[in-house]
Amino acid sequence: MSTLTEKEGLLILAIETSCDETSAAIVKNGRTVLSNIIHSQIALHETYGGVVPEIASRSHIEKINEVIEKALAQAQVSLHEIDIIAVTYGPGLVGALLVGVSQAKAIAYALDKPLIPIHHIEGHIAANFLEHKQLRPPFLSLVVSGGHTHLIAVKDYGKFEILGQTRDDAAGEAFDKIARAIGFGYPGGPKIENEAKKGNPYAIPFPKAKVENAPYDFSFSGLKSAVLNYLHKAKQRGENVNLSDLAASFQQAVIDALIEKTALVIEKYSYSTLVLAGGVAANRSLVFQLRKWCEEHRIKFFAPSLVYCTDNAAMIAAAAYDEYRQGNRSNYTLNAVPNLKIGERKYEQW
Amino acid sequence: MKILGIESSSLVASIALVDEEKVIAEYTINFQQTHSQILLPMIQEIFFRMGITIQDIDAIAVSSGPGSFTGLRIGSATAKGLGMALNKPLIPVPTLEAMAYGLYQVKSLICPLMDAKRQQVYTGLYEFSPEFKVVESGAAMALTEVISHINAKNREVIFLGDGTDVSLGLLQKELTVPYTLAPVYANRQRAAVLASLSLLYYKEKKLLSAKDYIPEYFRASSAERLKE
Repeated sequence: MSTLTEKEGLLILAIETSCDETSAAIVKNGRTVLSNIIHSQIALHETYGGVVPEIASRSHIEKINEVIEKALAQAQVSLHEIDIIAVTYGPGLVGALLVGVSQAKAIAYALDKPLIPIHHIEGHIAANFLEHKQLRPPFLSLVVSGGHTHLIAVKDYGKFEILGQTRDDAAGEAFDKIARAIGFGYPGGPKIENEAKKGNPYAIPFPKAKVENAPYDFSFSGLKSAVLNYLHKAKQRGENVNLSDLAASFQQAVIDALIEKTALVIEKYSYSTLVLAGGVAANRSLVFQLRKWCEEHRIKFFAPSLVYCTDNAAMIAAAAYDEYRQGNRSNYTLNAVPNLKIGERKYEQW
Repeated sequence: MKILGIESSSLVASIALVDEEKVIAEYTINFQQTHSQILLPMIQEIFFRMGITIQDIDAIAVSSGPGSFTGLRIGSATAKGLGMALNKPLIPVPTLEAMAYGLYQVKSLICPLMDAKRQQVYTGLYEFSPEFKVVESGAAMALTEVISHINAKNREVIFLGDGTDVSLGLLQKELTVPYTLAPVYANRQRAAVLASLSLLYYKEKKLLSAKDYIPEYFRASSAERLKE
């Protein structure tokens, strides 16, 4: 009897290779994570100050089988017990995406299982379903990562509308650029956050960006320039910069901008639930301040724990479960779509 | 014994199914189309037409490089996925060897030329004497260097590959040995040739698990080259 119960439910194998993490996960019914293996390439790219696409692609193909085999072993599942193959097909680095997409297509074909393509950012949002079982659409999602700063209306499973987005740099990108300028290197987010802990977030008043005629849009390039100017001027005057204060003030300016626009959207559309997603959700200061704001305004707030903030395949499985239930399934012409838009489905249905 | 051959190192996308006696099926497209979109549907079509399942194959032969980095990875990831799901071994076949093998028992030296961009070609020298032999193993080099290698051999040579078109002017000018060009049916990568050469490798147990196989690029990434 017990084995029968254990077999109940859909087993999803998900693969994620969109940037610099090779990841595979086994997830039951899109919600129960049996394994979530992440192989980070950070060490490979560190010396270059950022992700090198060709190096990332080469590393993915070296590690992909090992990562999938580890995911199966840890979940104590054989490949033949898998019901669905899910894969990130965009956005991201095309060469990196293609490794996962080609591999997923081959496995799906060989096992004769449904192939479910997933948008990377929709996966980040779905990461919240893994840990917050009570969470259900509709809700507002603030997506903050190295490539995205979006306010997204999640109307239903798989139904999205973009309400606001960055006009220039993504928040995570600003973190990386500032980190590089002050010699912290890559990846910038965690390094700035650590430095900021020692500094005063109100020491340096950096400007707040406004986007004309687009009240819900973000802009971080002005802030980035202001920080770079500040550094430059101090250097010209031969002054020492308190890097902790600089990091803290910069981080606070980003957080203020994120909270301000989010608050406007929540008010305008009367949302009662806010869901944070994306790599920058790993920033504990951002999570703390957003949670505080939500508590003060009686808004339900959800954020993923650290492991589901970074790129991982479990979140892709979570999104795939809902896509599958909506009847979406790709045929084998599936391609990587590096500039895939949120809510877009750029593949041929089965 | 049945071997599935996968070739995607250049503009050619090619899939073949062979056994010890014959080519059962071959599907080759040499047209500007995305390999990632067409490669798996080509495999699917072959098995559909043959009325057998992919479970019936014994090994997967894959063009292991050099070639287009992305092209190699599409074929390689496909082979690694199939190998893992079917629990079948991979037979990595060096792309240049597979190209040369298509000119079976030709008396002259065989010189595949793949356009490697950046004023280089991927090339090597091969012969049948009478067994298939590697005379000079594959490398990325400037065409002038290739020509001086060939001139030093003082033997007739036959060229094939997509690097031939861009090289023809210089070959005509600088070569001091007689040369010919392969006919169109044999002047590009073909999975049937790759898979039939892989039969020899299979007997020599030159196999890898799907996990252990990676393509050989013959070139570092440009970021690594710049750093040096």
